[in-house]
Amino acid sequence: MARAKVKRASTVIDMTAMCDVSFLLLTFFVLTATARQPEALEVDTPASVTQVKIPDDKLGMVTVGDGGKLFFGVKGPQIRTRMLEIMSEKYNIQFSEEEVARFSLMEEFGVPMHNLKQLIAMDMEQRATRGLQPGIPNDTTNNLSNEMFHWIHSARTATAALYNEQMRISIKGDANEKYPDIKKVIDILQDQNLNRFSLITKLKGGIEGIEVEPDTE
Amino acid sequence: MAELNQDSGGGKKGGGKVRSKKQGGRVDLTAMVDLAFLLITFFMLTTSLNKPNAMDVTVPDKNKENLEDRLEVADDRTTTILLAGNNKLVWYSGLFDDPIEGPETVDYGADGIRKVLLRRLEEVPQRTNGEQLIVVIRPSDDATHKNLVDILDEMKIVNTQIFSLGTIQEVENEFLRQHNLLSN
Repeated sequence: MARAKVKRASTVIDMTAMCDVSFLLLTFFVLTATARQPEALEVDTPASVTQVKIPDDKLGMVTVGDGGKLFFGVKGPQIRTRMLEIMSEKYNIQFSEEEVARFSLMEEFGVPMHNLKQLIAMDMEQRATRGLQPGIPNDTTNNLSNEMFHWIHSARTATAALYNEQMRISIKGDANEKYPDIKKVIDILQDQNLNRFSLITKLKGGIEGIEVEPDTE
Repeated sequence: MAELNQDSGGGKKGGGKVRSKKQGGRVDLTAMVDLAFLLITFFMLTTSLNKPNAMDVTVPDKNKENLEDRLEVADDRTTTILLAGNNKLVWYSGLFDDPIEGPETVDYGADGIRKVLLRRLEEVPQRTNGEQLIVVIRPSDDATHKNLVDILDEMKIVNTQIFSLGTIQEVENEFLRQHNLLSN
């Protein structure tokens, strides 16, 4: 009886293709992790249990740090362009096309209006120098001196005009900032009848996040 | 296993004790694939973890803020929390001039304010036929941003439905000053 010999198939798999695909995927993810601009003002936000992510666009962010300095940033270059146009009319400062284009690439800034041209002329590295930008003024002496109020107002007008949507405002405060500095920003928002906003936080570990809608009063 | 054939020129003859492995080199790429997938997972997760979280806050309308102080709702439903300096807080139920439960100083966290809130959350519906607890948060000038976020967190953790951010009153500020609860 001749036993039929079953040929044992080779159990070796050629992994070259798999390796290729995985490196391709890796390259994709590494490149699509967008390099972010160095923050103009480094802030350490407090931790909270909320896990709701900030929206990707139509978001204005007020950063409070370094002893009450206010910085402002808006997502979306078109909104920034429009916002600058509105502000340039209010404050009667003309910006050239190139300056407007450069401004629309700045994610965050914190200088008074009369220093804005200087800031635009710098390159990214110089702008991110610690302590260079003094913050946006927000004194309430007269209408135009509260520049923070006008930046936020212009940003909201720009969003409404371009996208017909409400811009959301969030406050990113350093954990050690005192409440009066945060209160100033909240007051500015209340003056514009903006009673809903968010606080930017990082995730706190160890407690399960429970999401609750706060009551609107 | 992938085969990477290498040039076999000059391999030692099999006589010596150490056999050169240049001939017929086969490299197992499984480990490399593992590493690549690990890196992919890392980059996938870090780009989404980089986005900061947002905590929604609602404040009462500025013009109507004086009305809030009059507290049209029954006093036994409210608990007021004053955020003092040095990471402490003071809470009381009812009105400041006539509190139902006196001003008490506690810490943040599970042992401090959370216990108080959980207790109040249970008591108020029992005492008032099913009405909800209302919390009023009044930060002093020495409260830090972290304190504010912490107390708003507590609201979420204990699931308080009704809470609001208000302005501290002069009498309450005086109270904190007298009890050395402000930083200066």
